[in-house]
Amino acid sequence: MTIGLAHFLVISGVLLALGLYCLVTRRNAVALLMGVELVLNAAILNLVAFSRFGRGLDGQVFALFGIVLAAAEAVVALAIVLQLFRAFRSVDTREAAELKE
Amino acid sequence: MHLASFPLLFLIPVLPLIGAAYNGLFGAQIQRRFGEPAVHWPAIVLPWGSFVLSLAAFLTLAGQGHGAALYQNLWGWIRIGVLSADVAFLMDRLSGVMCLVVTFVGSLIHVYSIGYMKKDPSYWRFFSYLNLFMFAMLTLVLADNFLLMFVGWEGVGLCSYLLISFWYKEREKAVAGMKAFIVNRVGDFGYSLGLFLLFWGLLAAPAAGVRAHAAAGRQASTPQATEVAATETGGAPGETAASGETAGAHAAEAAAAEHAPAPIPAAGTSVAFRDVEALLADPGKRAGVLDARVLGISLLTLAALLLFVGATGKSAQIPLYVWLPDAMAGPTPVSALIHAATMVTAGVYLVARLHFIYALSPTAMTVVATIGALTALFAATIGLFQYDIKKVLAYSTVSQLGFMFVAVGVGAYWVGIFHLMTHAFFKACLFLGSGSVIVGCHHEQDMRRMGGLRKLMPVTAVTYVIACAAIAGFPFLSGFFSKDEILWKAFDSGNILLPGGGVFLYLLAAIAALGTSFYMFRSYYMTFTGEYHGAAAGGGHAPAGNPAMRAPNAAGAAHDAAHAPAHAHGGGLPHESPRSMTVVLVILAALAVVGGYIGLPHLWGLPNLFEHWLEPVFHGSSDLIRSAGRGEGAEWTLMLLSVVLAFAGFGAARSLYRDARSQVPARLLASPNPLVRGVHKTVFNKYYVDEAYQALFVDRSVQLARWLAWWDLQVIDGIVNLCGTIGRLFSLLQGWIDDRFVDGLVNRVGAIVTGAGRRLRRIQSGQIQAYVYGLTAGAVALVVLAYLLGR
Repeated sequence: MTIGLAHFLVISGVLLALGLYCLVTRRNAVALLMGVELVLNAAILNLVAFSRFGRGLDGQVFALFGIVLAAAEAVVALAIVLQLFRAFRSVDTREAAELKE
Repeated sequence: MHLASFPLLFLIPVLPLIGAAYNGLFGAQIQRRFGEPAVHWPAIVLPWGSFVLSLAAFLTLAGQGHGAALYQNLWGWIRIGVLSADVAFLMDRLSGVMCLVVTFVGSLIHVYSIGYMKKDPSYWRFFSYLNLFMFAMLTLVLADNFLLMFVGWEGVGLCSYLLISFWYKEREKAVAGMKAFIVNRVGDFGYSLGLFLLFWGLLAAPAAGVRAHAAAGRQASTPQATEVAATETGGAPGETAASGETAGAHAAEAAAAEHAPAPIPAAGTSVAFRDVEALLADPGKRAGVLDARVLGISLLTLAALLLFVGATGKSAQIPLYVWLPDAMAGPTPVSALIHAATMVTAGVYLVARLHFIYALSPTAMTVVATIGALTALFAATIGLFQYDIKKVLAYSTVSQLGFMFVAVGVGAYWVGIFHLMTHAFFKACLFLGSGSVIVGCHHEQDMRRMGGLRKLMPVTAVTYVIACAAIAGFPFLSGFFSKDEILWKAFDSGNILLPGGGVFLYLLAAIAALGTSFYMFRSYYMTFTGEYHGAAAGGGHAPAGNPAMRAPNAAGAAHDAAHAPAHAHGGGLPHESPRSMTVVLVILAALAVVGGYIGLPHLWGLPNLFEHWLEPVFHGSSDLIRSAGRGEGAEWTLMLLSVVLAFAGFGAARSLYRDARSQVPARLLASPNPLVRGVHKTVFNKYYVDEAYQALFVDRSVQLARWLAWWDLQVIDGIVNLCGTIGRLFSLLQGWIDDRFVDGLVNRVGAIVTGAGRRLRRIQSGQIQAYVYGLTAGAVALVVLAYLLGR
């Protein structure tokens, strides 16, 4: 059995589903970040897969760009989480709901 | 007229103005800090400076030619359309005499005031007003034109008002000031109307002149008239150059003696006296002006009469004389300066100044002379029974002003001014003498409570009796020369339109002269001879006479005393006044004696300096003044008669009032005969003229004011209130619409937005998971949508 585009897409879909599930269910901000990473990487996997089975290297380049973006995002998001912790002594996102009506 | 320059001329009126400003602006502080001398020294020195300058100007004028005048044009003042007026001063021989009299008598009275006003809290105010008055009076006298004269004319009226109600905290004095002001306003209104009419008429006159010219040309009998006609055919009438030539031809003798006359400005464009005079001297223009009519009356006569209304107001003649007796409420130096010597003579000066107008209108001359004669007699009769010494002098002033108007009315202008001058001397002396008596008697003005003052106040008594003799017309005193000349000129006048010419005037004036002599000596004998009846001697017993009349006088005296704490010691025998006052009295009495010698009668064959001096001023109208041609015999007779009248009045007063010994006055007062009592009561109450005026004019005015107030309150206010109510109703309606509809709409929009916000804000729950649900759902929805649409 050859591994085709469909496999990649299925993996990618599973990853996305897991990431969303993580985002939806977890309250820990760090866990949420991890979920975001999963979603992001699902998307990157899609890009790479289409690049591999399609034409051109656009998807590869975009994937690299996405990885850098994920790293930068992680930096900023962790910094935010750190500030969140300082303010609330917790990283539970339910606590950080002061701006709601 | 040759105009010489005299650069200091403007200082004559301006020096007292400086004094007025000094005391008016800083007087209160100066008096508080440096005392009274710092107030009165500048106030006295500056008018004396004016006098010195006047004297210098007068001597300069005397050194000039016959018809010369000093002239100074300060600046152009009014230029409206064709009319132009300058702030310019002119001192001709007439205003020179007036200037000397005003500054000299005025300055003396300033000196006198030191003693009289001593310790008055408003000392500075008094001197400020007095200086301001000098400024206004000198402006009036020196003014080159009608408008500037009017400025002075109003200025003296203002100062008169301020000084009459100087002690303004007393009701009757404030009222007296207002009365003077309002009565003067009536006269001033006449003056303005006359002025407007005159210049309106002069502007319109050239057109009328054409017809007159034609008429004159047709009946040309004299060479002058032919010349006028020739000029008219030669050039357009009314043209400046043409009229200038005509004037040159007419005033040939003047031109020969002096410089060539300047071209006359076109009619109605200049308000200067000399331009109007030159215009009227021009035969063509004169005919045109004489021809002009307003409402069927000769324009010139109407203008002259209206201007004379102004003169009657200022100079207290019938019917506007009522303010002058009340004006005695002011301090006595004011009565002497303003209400005897200077301001009240402004009307006489006006008529003399405008001789070229009055001489052209026999009607106006007759009216002026008749009013003067009637006033002279009328006021003299009131003066017979007055008890207030200042009231006697006030009516005497009115009477003497009447004499002056007789003189200027019959065209004897120099005599009017002559009497004005002599009157200034002896009447100022009398008033200041009465002031001295009033101060000496602790502000008592009722002659019944004086008496015997000759021993206590010798200087005052002697000067008073000299001035009495002068005003009565005793031979060889100043009043004799001037009054006798008036009587003779009235008798001999050929210009009066009354039946019998001036004889009627003469009779009125002669009886007035008899009365004058009587009441003046009555006042002397009541005041200075007999026993002293004042508070110290009488111990407060009611003096003889009508007790009802005494009460107001006593109240007045009390008011006076309250105002002059220095003299309010309320007891002790009268005392002679301080030196500063008596010296002035002596100077004025001396002038009352010798002042007449500059105007000696022709009969005596001696030179008449005064007439000769003023001759060039009145030269222009001299050919219009006619004599009735009564001979020297008549003149001698009249002179003798004057002396007899003067002595008759004196004798009667002496026998009735000397030493208060005669019982005749008291018996007459208590006479059972109703006729005697009725006459006395009527005259004593001044013929009820004040009451009549009160009923006729004052009450009517008040009634009119009430009606107008009612109209204002009911009708005008009603309309205004109705408009207001309508406006309110409209705004109520509008407010209701605003509340209901406009606000409803606005609120509705607000409510919608608020409601939407309230619902939408639930989305922002702060729960990231909820957002993720939303996000996912949105993404899925988009995918499904894209799928569905893409198919």
